[in-house]
Amino acid sequence: MTAKRDAPEITWPTRGKIIALGMVIALVLNLLPLDARILPIRPDFVALLILYWCIEQPRRFGIGSAWSIGLLMDVAYGSLFGQHALAYSAMAFVAVSLHRRLQSFSRWQQALHVVVLLLLAQALILAVNLLTGAPTVGLSYFLPAFSGALLWPALPSLFNALRRRTPTADSA
Amino acid sequence: MVEIQPPSFFKRGPSPLARFAVFSLLAVIFMIVDAHHQYLAVVRQGLSVVVYPLQKLANAPADAFAQVSGFFVSQATLQDENLRLKRQVLMNAVKLQRYQSVNAENAYLRQLFGIRQRFPEKVIATEILSTSRDPYSQKVIVDRGTYQHVAAGEPVIDAIGVIGQVTQAYPFSSEVTLLTDKDMAVPVKVVRNGLRAVVFGSSHRGVLDLPYMPINADIQNGDVLVTSGIGGAYPPGLPVAVVSRIERNAAYAFAKIACTPSAGVGRHQQLLILTSSQPPTPTPATPARGARKKTHDG
Repeated sequence: MTAKRDAPEITWPTRGKIIALGMVIALVLNLLPLDARILPIRPDFVALLILYWCIEQPRRFGIGSAWSIGLLMDVAYGSLFGQHALAYSAMAFVAVSLHRRLQSFSRWQQALHVVVLLLLAQALILAVNLLTGAPTVGLSYFLPAFSGALLWPALPSLFNALRRRTPTADSA
Repeated sequence: MVEIQPPSFFKRGPSPLARFAVFSLLAVIFMIVDAHHQYLAVVRQGLSVVVYPLQKLANAPADAFAQVSGFFVSQATLQDENLRLKRQVLMNAVKLQRYQSVNAENAYLRQLFGIRQRFPEKVIATEILSTSRDPYSQKVIVDRGTYQHVAAGEPVIDAIGVIGQVTQAYPFSSEVTLLTDKDMAVPVKVVRNGLRAVVFGSSHRGVLDLPYMPINADIQNGDVLVTSGIGGAYPPGLPVAVVSRIERNAAYAFAKIACTPSAGVGRHQQLLILTSSQPPTPTPATPARGARKKTHDG
């Protein structure tokens, strides 16, 4: 599958607005009140978008941005302040370090890497929870990483479509 | 020798590893400070103002759905409900009449004996804004904050009984720790015989612990536990839990007692915060904490 690379049109650099808007939507999706049956498999949309931008635009969106969004998540969830920040920045670090290799892979190959990175973030959050004395959890705790990776291949088409419609000012 | 320097195009500031080291160190420092001190409360409050509109936005679809579905309720359902509510109002009116006279009598007797009133007078109705993505977290965010005079340490109830306690009050929202959190402790008494005890959250979901009760303690299955009012965080007489399982093993000094929370902990959307005019007795950092002193941010 070489869908992304053989696209003939020029892809404009993503504008900060799109990154910010996407992040806001992901935050709202993460905060949606959901049924208890869906809750255990709800993917972490914010983590997913952080990974996407770290791989696609590592110069505009990196470890620092991931860290600050993690702090927001901590306040929104009422978790220990810095917990998500640590998990997201670790995830962003690996993604930024590997972004050249990841960019050359197909979407489903990328998704395999994404599973591991999302699992890493969840494991870090779990580790902090356990250190502060939270009860141990079952394996189903890690389900969101897999549901998140299933969504991954949809992200490039979504944002590429946005990028084509909103060229930067000097190209118009 | 000409020194070869990469063109400025390739300069990207500190390496990812250096950045990660700095940010992870900061995160760890934040976590330690947050767990043990109150210095970061201001930062949290500031960020909560940023997050609040997002939480409101996330709740908008559910609110809209409730409104729209409320519009299309059938007449029969409404009539049924109306009849039921009218009957309930009548029943309550009878109870209220008795309550008023008893209350007046109680106030008079208290005055007579010089005991001060212990009930907080104001109730703030609130709704759950968000719960953690982590299904094992025992905290919820509600949509009333210091702007609506909510303060940390105040008890939270629903129509049946105690739900938990406000642990952080932000400008427009506050964080409520549920009874079932492992660090929550509520002073209670057994309704049947007035036996005092302290109920703790436990590591099992939806179960409360009643530790440190001697094997021969007079406790039975089905005993109702209400707040005793000792400690001052909770007003006396609110239902907390029902004893569901007792294990008496002569090998241990204490009986193993499990209780089920009376209120719909984790089920109800609408909650009530009891506020008092005087500041709650325990400091916000350690709400009603007994023997098990630990960080409450889990």
